[in-house]
Amino acid sequence: MKIKQISIFLENRKGRLYDVCSLLGKNDINIRALNVAETESFGILRIVVNKPDVAIKVFKDADIVAKITDVIAIEVDDRPGGLADILKVLADEDVNIEYMYGFVEKSSDRALMVFRFDDVDKAAAILKKHNIRIVTEQSVREL
Amino acid sequence: MDIRYWNKDVETADVQKIRHLQLQRLKSIIASALKTPFYSRRLPSVGINSPDDIKTLDDLRRIPFTMKDDLRQNYPKGLLSVDTSEVVRIHTSSGTTGIPTVIYLSAKDLDAATDIMARSITATGAGRTDILQNMMSYGLFTGGLCMHYGAERVGLMVIPAAGGNTKRQVSLMNDFRTTVLHITPSYLLHIHSKLAEYGVKVGDLALKKAFIGAEPHSEGTRRKIEELFKIDAYNSYGLSEMNGPGVAFECVYKNDLHLWEDAYIVEIINPKTGQLVPDGQEGEVVLTNLIRHAMPLMRYRTRDLAFLHIEPCKCGRTHRRLSRILGRSDDMLIINGVNMFPSQIEEVVMKIPEVGNNYQICVEKDGALDRLIVKVELYSKMFLGEAKQIDNLKSKIGEELKASITIKPAIELHEPGSLPAFEGKAVRVVDTRPKL
Repeated sequence: MKIKQISIFLENRKGRLYDVCSLLGKNDINIRALNVAETESFGILRIVVNKPDVAIKVFKDADIVAKITDVIAIEVDDRPGGLADILKVLADEDVNIEYMYGFVEKSSDRALMVFRFDDVDKAAAILKKHNIRIVTEQSVREL
Repeated sequence: MDIRYWNKDVETADVQKIRHLQLQRLKSIIASALKTPFYSRRLPSVGINSPDDIKTLDDLRRIPFTMKDDLRQNYPKGLLSVDTSEVVRIHTSSGTTGIPTVIYLSAKDLDAATDIMARSITATGAGRTDILQNMMSYGLFTGGLCMHYGAERVGLMVIPAAGGNTKRQVSLMNDFRTTVLHITPSYLLHIHSKLAEYGVKVGDLALKKAFIGAEPHSEGTRRKIEELFKIDAYNSYGLSEMNGPGVAFECVYKNDLHLWEDAYIVEIINPKTGQLVPDGQEGEVVLTNLIRHAMPLMRYRTRDLAFLHIEPCKCGRTHRRLSRILGRSDDMLIINGVNMFPSQIEEVVMKIPEVGNNYQICVEKDGALDRLIVKVELYSKMFLGEAKQIDNLKSKIGEELKASITIKPAIELHEPGSLPAFEGKAVRVVDTRPKL
């Protein structure tokens, strides 16, 4: 149900994003989804990768501040209103979204979106109830 | 020149007479000091058991220096000579760590301090017809209240504006036709930079004088202030431990600051050896307060660096003049007139679990004002992965620092290992403000 997202604390310094990405490349880790939350003086890079457990170790060894958080990846119909349908379900069921972003690629005719909820388990149960397709950890690894 | 005296006899007394007065007052202070837990141990240890053991002013030098740390270690009551029922006022100032230092004033002490302040104000030519806007902070800090009392005694109309809210300050100046300001030089320059925005011209205001102090500044800064505002700016010197502003003040000649020697004994020492330096040579200012009995303080190391002028002043006052403050013999920082020590900042940030091992304190100029930036490293294990946490952490560090140093610095969070690490003597303070 849940998949692992890695959040990385980045200070606003030239080349810092490059450092992180090249470290992943060197270790043969592929980025599946990516988002940067930025403020004036720092950023939080959020990534979903094919090998999260390897990635977190690589970051730790490189003294990069990183933390695994649970997120849910949802398949969204790639048609006008596809995302809105899902958001309506979540709003009706009173589920709060903290942030969301898209995957780099899509699976067949569906777009993949990463959702971070304040209550991940509750959100997962509701999505299941409404037959909304959730991407498993296994399929992320195989993407 | 409009030379006015508050107490002409004392201000123009010959040197012999001043020294005689100092000796009498010193003996009296010794009597009070022997009633305090601190000096009742310290003075007998150097053979001073009664005021009679002081025969000449040279005997003062038998007394060891009193350091700021002595005040901290004896906080809150170790230097109090009377019952608190005799005390009418306290003031505190920040210590080098969390423990503040405190001064106590009896009604008589406050009266004497007020009189010295009145004398300082009068020396600048200010008087009853003047309107003083007192822009130093009121409260535990001595700068606001002590000036306020002195100005009321002279009979000026006092506007107790305190610091901050620049727009209102300018309105007050305009509405009440303020003639004299008491203010830090950096804030005064900042106000000038704001006038156009408020649609006010210098010529609209009625300003004639400014008493500038609470932070070291150069002759160039004074001249700039005078030219921008078309006023006379007078340098003032004081410190909380010595009752606040008015320890030394410039007269109308604006040729450095008359140090009121009937109220304070000044010594200038080599901060490394503790030996007196000859008059005219730079060193650390050491002061003995002769007018405060509730809390005597003798040979207090101010850590301020300055020198004494030997040549007399044209105003006729015989009290020697202290140069402007040239620096500090410790690491105290003065940020927009507020004193603080790097150790205070360290104590606060190192107590916060989300903060890693390293920190850096940066001070820079932001226009006319000083800007303090505290940079800390995030402790990686405490990172929860959310931007919200980082924002909350920044506000928390800011609030906790404000509780300790009274001003809220800008906080920067950095990745571990990105700030200079502890290697021998780490440079924790980066002060890029132009040197005096």
